[in-house]
Order: sequence, then structure tokens, then C-alpha cells
Amino acid sequence: MKRGAILLGLASLALAGAVSQSEARSPVAVNNSAVMQGKPKTLSEFSFFARPGSQESFSAAAYTLNTPLYSDGADKLRFAYVPYGKAMKANGDGLLEFPVGSALIKTFAFGEGADRRLIETRLLLHRAEGWVALPYVWNEEQTDARLALAGARIPVTRPDGTEISYRVPNKNQCKQCHVKDGGVTPIGPKARNLPTQWLREAVAGGRLDKMPMVTAGLPHWGERDSESADVAAFARAYLDVNCAHCHQPGGMASNSGLDLRWEQGDPHALGIRKPPVAAGRGAGGLLVSIEPGAPDKSILVHRMASTEPGVAMPELGKSTVDEEGLAMIRQWIDEMPAQ
Amino acid sequence: MLKFALAALAAPIALTCASAAMAETHTIEPGEGAQERLQEALILAEPGDEIVLAAGRYALTDGLSLDVNGVTLRGAGMDASVLDFTAQEGAGEGLLVTSDDVTLRDFGIENAKGDGIKSKGADQIIYHAIRVEWTGGPDASNGAYGIYPVEASNVLVQDSYVRGASDAGIYVGQSENIIVRRNRVVENVAGIEIENSNFAEVTENLATKNTGGILVFDLPGLPKVGGGNVLVARNAVIDNNTDNFAPEGNIVASVPAGTGVMVMANTGVHIRDNALINNGTSHIMLIAYSQPFDDERYQPRPKNVHIGDNIYSRAGFAPDFEGGQALLAALSRDTLPAILTDGLHENATVFGGEWAVSMGLQEVGQPLSQARPDIIKLPPPPPIVASVNPSDTVKALEARLK
Repeated sequence: MKRGAILLGLASLALAGAVSQSEARSPVAVNNSAVMQGKPKTLSEFSFFARPGSQESFSAAAYTLNTPLYSDGADKLRFAYVPYGKAMKANGDGLLEFPVGSALIKTFAFGEGADRRLIETRLLLHRAEGWVALPYVWNEEQTDARLALAGARIPVTRPDGTEISYRVPNKNQCKQCHVKDGGVTPIGPKARNLPTQWLREAVAGGRLDKMPMVTAGLPHWGERDSESADVAAFARAYLDVNCAHCHQPGGMASNSGLDLRWEQGDPHALGIRKPPVAAGRGAGGLLVSIEPGAPDKSILVHRMASTEPGVAMPELGKSTVDEEGLAMIRQWIDEMPAQ
Repeated sequence: MLKFALAALAAPIALTCASAAMAETHTIEPGEGAQERLQEALILAEPGDEIVLAAGRYALTDGLSLDVNGVTLRGAGMDASVLDFTAQEGAGEGLLVTSDDVTLRDFGIENAKGDGIKSKGADQIIYHAIRVEWTGGPDASNGAYGIYPVEASNVLVQDSYVRGASDAGIYVGQSENIIVRRNRVVENVAGIEIENSNFAEVTENLATKNTGGILVFDLPGLPKVGGGNVLVARNAVIDNNTDNFAPEGNIVASVPAGTGVMVMANTGVHIRDNALINNGTSHIMLIAYSQPFDDERYQPRPKNVHIGDNIYSRAGFAPDFEGGQALLAALSRDTLPAILTDGLHENATVFGGEWAVSMGLQEVGQPLSQARPDIIKLPPPPPIVASVNPSDTVKALEARLK
């Protein structure tokens, strides 16, 4: 009984993203061999979580991102697991380098409190041969999630009452977003998009070798309505997080010539007055990706505002329009000097 | 000597077969759960495996993808095994291939919401006897490309059929060592398009009822620019007079109806021994890229274009560009010559010499309103013409089909 109470206390710490070294080393041992090989049929085989169906982990550190990827409005619970005795390495403002044996865990959920329904958990496992992506779909009883290599479609009612056909990506589709120069790579945990406090605690806890050098961190998406908000910074952060995993050299959409990474400075590469290449009907009769001062003449806006396969961007993991993201991009383009 | 050469070609193939000794065949049947069963087979396949699509119609709701090297996906025939994407809800194409040494053969893809089959960075890929069709015929809401290999080396597309693509039926982009042969491309905006690619042979295809039959393009600002060394030979390019139904904004939206073969930019293109019949704007067009660009690597003019002994019927009877009719009147002609240039080509020759109509533009980017059209004579080629040599690797791909 007493032990249970302690565990609960630790769990809330984990969810708040404040996990110190000692707390992270839990009595619940992660199944490291499942991380390293095979395709375990169920999520519980990894023992990432404290008990069946929970999203509380003592072994993996919960984290949030300053600007998150939009996934049909799903809530996301993110965890980084680093095996005992190993540590992540800082790499400038970019992706943290995870040692072999690490895992990134992301659970997608809809609803609050008792109404919360876990939909899927995606794993990125850092194995000897590289990163491997595996998708797991939660059962009706919410006790465990099963491997769904071929993905799934699940009817979901969103908090606003809208019903959608939520798409769980198949294993290959995981890679489509996570591919860089032919191999699978994590996308989210870049130093520039992680809360400074989380990084500090990771260093203090011995899970990160040093504090990363971040000169320009991504803004916190939740603060975009404040008066001092820098629209360009929010828009560029949004594009970096939501689009640039494909739209960059070595990414899935490299052949488009569009590069939407945070660090890209060339206006043409960013799509400004850039004609489409292979957009097909996705271009919607528009001539350039971004027409400064004219969001309605910008292919970027047209495709973000669509849910039609073949037109809609992103191509995967989207059955609804991210109205808030779209509004930010519209404002950014609208405020660009038309020259 | 010939025997020796063949043996040398066969050697790498034999090694491939040896490593695939444990290869398995997985047969998928249409019906309940086909989406998951087929996708799972594509994911769990091992190199060398063959996935067989039993005859029938597969109703699919999401794009399929293949990311395992050396896999063959084979149906019972392009009309017998049909992947039907009419109810597709997600993904940018019907089938996406991202692995090397893949063979796709003998199945059909219908009504994909985006592209039909896209292969990206997939080297040594074969598309054999594939049908990609938008069954409602030409429509701006059809997917863009039917067969769409991009960023690859060694590509073979043959004996396939594409109809209804709102961009190009067969589109090969940013690739090298390419053979596109014996295909039928019907009622697409562009029948076949080779873009920003090198060492391509486009031969023995039938391109008919498209807006433009065969396009050889090079565009600026892409990871790979500088297309060229393209052979367009022994094709039948007939009646490509369908109104352009591409959505505005795409480069092919600017292709006039009635285009036979069109070369934009590119260095080194041979167009010879084709039958060019009844294309209303022009049988062969040589055009510079006319939009502003900022790319030091890029040269916008068609250069070193050699036109050989083609068979021409009537051309240029309905020139589909601004001032087309006025041009006919100004030249006092009912039809234009078989060859049309904007005047910006560099070193274009025609076997035996040939009359062509030139728009007489002086600078790249000059608007057509400043054209000073005239009938000019394109000179015969010099005695030695550079030849096109796709690598032996591509030729060796054929062996996998035997």
C-alpha cells in the first residue's frame, strides 16, 4: 500500500518531465532484449510502463516539445528511454544522439481524465543496425497495445465532438517521415525544440553528457497568442516540426526542392516564389509555394487547408486541418512584404 | 565474342539468384482485410521473396508501401489483378517503393488519389506490364503521375499502360540510366516525361490522345539539374490533341494541346525514327525554360538536339498557343512545319536538313508577344554524333524477367 503511494508520487514527477537519475532507475526493469531485437507482439513486453495500460514510466523520461507536430489534435505522451549506465550526447542545437539500446516512445490519445482513450503507441528503437520503427495499437480494454505492422484505421471522436477516421501509420509509413539519407532517424528530440529545464535536468541526472549549445530555440507553441509573439519564428518553427522531416535534403520529399528546415535561409528553398515541381493537382492552380503577401495564392496554404488525399499536406497522419497552424502560416505569408 | 559479353552480363545476376535461394512466395487473395494482409506481406517480405497478387479486385483505403530490397510484386495480369484505390482515404500515392532491386509486374492500379506508383531512391527498379488508370478518363482531379520513379539509377519501365494522369503517364525524374519502352500512354496530359534526368532511352512506345506525347524537360532549382543524353526513337506519337487538363501551376500545364515531342532545356537529345502523326501544334518543339530562375548550375536552352529520320504526317494545323492562328496567317500557311523552335536552341540539327518554324526569340525569358516568327532551315548534323549509352546494368535488369 505504502509502496503504491510512493510509485504514484514518482509517476506524477515523471509526467511533469522532472525525472532525476535516481528516480529514473526504477525497480521495473525494461526488457532490453526486446528493444534490441525482434518485433514483440505487444507493447507490454518492453516493460516501459509501470503497469499494464498505464502511461507512467520510471525507466523512461517524459518530455514535451516546444512546438509539437500536429496529429489530428491527438494528445501525445512522449518518453525517452536510455539504458542504465549510458547517456545521450548533445549535438549543437540538433537531434540529441541516443546510445544504442535507447527507445523513443510516443503514445497518441484523445480525451481528458477518465475519458482519455489511448489510441496507439509508436516506438523508435535504437538497435545495433540502426533505428527501427514499430507501431502498436491499444486494445478496447486499454490494457495493452498490439503490434500493427500494417497500420490501422480507427474511428475516433475528438474532444470537440467531431468524428474522424484516425490513421495509424504502417511500419513503412513510419519510415517515410523518419527517413534521412536512407536510414531511419528520430525527429522530435532536437535540443532546439526541447524545454531548457528538461535538458538541464537530463544533464544533472547524468542522462545527457552536456548542455547543448542552442542559440535560437524554437518558440513555445502555447505562447503564440502573446502580444510579443514573433510570427515568423512561430511559422518557421511550425514548418520545421510539421513539414521539414520530409521537405529537406535526404528527406522523403527531397525531389521537390523545398527545404522547410528551421536553419534554411534561402528564400527560394523555403518556397518563396518557387514554382512546384511534381505537385500535380496538389498545386490547385497556384503558381508558387509562397506568394509574399498573398496566402491565398500560396500552394503551401492550399495544401495545408486540404484533407483530400493527393492534395493534403502532410501526406500522412492527417485527416483534419490544423486550423491554428494554418492561421499562423497564413499570417506569416500575409505579413511578408510583397516587394 | 558476343557469347563472352553475354556471360559477363549474366554474372552479377547469378550472384543475386544464389543469395535468394531461400526466397519464398507469398500469395495474397483479394477480399476481407486485403489492405492489412497485403501491407503486412510487403513489410515482412525478405529480399528475394515474391509476393503474388491472385487474380481479383483489391479494395484499398490507404496507400501501400514496400521498403525491402529485392522483392517482386507480381499479379496475374494488368487487367486480372487490380488494386482499386477508388475509396482511398490517405497517403500521396497508391503504391510507394523505397527499396532497391524491386520488380513490379503484371497488375493494375486504378483511381489512386495521388500518384499511381511512386518509387523514390529505388535503384534497379523494373515496372513490367503494369496498368495505371484513372477509369473516368481525363480529369483535373485525377492523380498526377501514373508510373513515377524519381531519384534513382537504373530504371526499366516497359510493356505498361497508363491512362488519365493529370500530369504525366510515365514520369521519370532526377534519375539516370533509364529505359522506357513498348508502353502505351493514352489520354494523359503528358504521355511520357523525362525530367532532370540523364541517359534515357524512350523507344517503341505508343503515345496517343495525350496533350503532349513525349516531353524531355529540365527544370532549375532541384537537387539534380542538367538533364540530357536522351534518345527518343521508334515511337508512335499520334493524335496528341487532348485539351490540357493539368491544374495550373504545374510545368505541364503550359504544354499546348497538339504537342508531339517537346524538348525544354536539356543537353544532348536524339529524336529519330519516330512516326509523328497528326499532332495539331507541332510534332517536335524545342523550347527554352522561360521563367526567372536563380540556379548557377542550370542552362535553360535546348542544346545539341539532333533530329533524325522521322516519319511526319500533317502537323501544326491547330497551333494551341497565343497567336497561333495569327502565325499561320502571317506565314500564309495552313499548317506549320513539323518542327517548331522558340529560336533559343543551341546547335539543333536535322538529318538531311529540314525546314522549321522559329518564333525568333533572342533572349531566354522574352515573352512570346515579342516573337518574330520565320521559317528557317535547321542544318544537317556533323558527320559524328555522340551516342547514348545507358549502362550495362540497366540492360542486365532484363534477365530478371526470364
